[in-house]
Amino acid sequence: MISVRCQPIPGTPLFGADEAQRGYALNRMCYSFNSAANRQAFRDDEEAYCARFGLDEEQKDAVRNRDVLAMIDAGGNIYYLSKLVGIFGLNVQDIGAEQTGTSVEAFRAKLMAAAK
Amino acid sequence: MTSHVPAIGGAIARGVEGEPYWKPFFEGFDKVHAWLDEVRPDTVVVFYNDHGLNFFLDKIPTFAVGAALSYQNADEGWGLPEVPPFPGSPQLSWHIIESLVADEFDVTMCQEMLVDHAFAVPMQLLWPGAGRRPVKTVPIAINTVQHPLPSATRCFKLGAAVARAVESFEADSRVLIVGTGGLSHQLDGERAGFINKQFDLFCMEKLVNEPEALLGYSNRELIERAGTQGIEILMWIAARGAMTHGAQRLHSNYHIPISNTATGVLLLGNPAT
Repeated sequence: MISVRCQPIPGTPLFGADEAQRGYALNRMCYSFNSAANRQAFRDDEEAYCARFGLDEEQKDAVRNRDVLAMIDAGGNIYYLSKLVGIFGLNVQDIGAEQTGTSVEAFRAKLMAAAK
Repeated sequence: MTSHVPAIGGAIARGVEGEPYWKPFFEGFDKVHAWLDEVRPDTVVVFYNDHGLNFFLDKIPTFAVGAALSYQNADEGWGLPEVPPFPGSPQLSWHIIESLVADEFDVTMCQEMLVDHAFAVPMQLLWPGAGRRPVKTVPIAINTVQHPLPSATRCFKLGAAVARAVESFEADSRVLIVGTGGLSHQLDGERAGFINKQFDLFCMEKLVNEPEALLGYSNRELIERAGTQGIEILMWIAARGAMTHGAQRLHSNYHIPISNTATGVLLLGNPAT
């Protein structure tokens, strides 16, 4: 059985009961981005859109700063967050580089190196 | 068993399968296509995981079985083009559901179920081209979004229970079992970009003749070795669980990286008689 909280794996977020509760509003907003009209509404007025979904200040700041690690800390789940970062024009290599504090080129090179 | 990385769908949509980045991956399916031409399945049962298209955190089923006449793909939010709907097989779906519940797998039953890239991309890989796919489908979604996730052992047993259901269906049906996901990858956290070739190859080896070797791992141990999203190996384990008479390897291919992911395809057939 998984014990999400015991023995954390370094640098590896696990989305358990605490995260599910803390991140509910943020993830619910991200889930809404399956609709193109909602993505446009977010682009039109980001602050209002975040407020409409009831994000707390920590979550709003993480969104304002495009800070993926902070979004995860605030309960964001990567499956839903990927819809938000898509609006910012970022793909999984871009956010991989951001989270690991490296350039996209260096991040890609690391992926290629894993083949060896 | 195959990976389902969204970027693969993007490459298909752009028609760039022959470019150097993609070729080693797509070539891995040539032998699968030849085999499918030979065995001609009429129905596909697909173990996959929803990535926040059909299910939100308000209701997350551990195991959900589709029971629809057809399954729509839809906008996932980050730009992958939508593909046409996939025909269902409500008869087989309900047979599987009844059999699973009798077998103590209390699944969620879905008469409407949007299928995301984890279902659609493998279908495009198995039957490429714009022509109508010659198969009906039964999607079975396994939760990988919200912990606790079902264990490897439980997923393996689910596969075996699905096999019992399929075997008691119409005698002349030809059913293909597909598991999609993985292999090792991690999108989130400071360890993003984690790939573990050694563990992937170990899994692909053990899945053939010794799947029990994978069942001792807890989900935490699987995530430690394969990355947060590498837990999608659960779908491969479920598919292998459905091969209750054993398996022989007909083909395999492993390639790093596609997008952030180590990718693999493993084609197993019933044992030679």
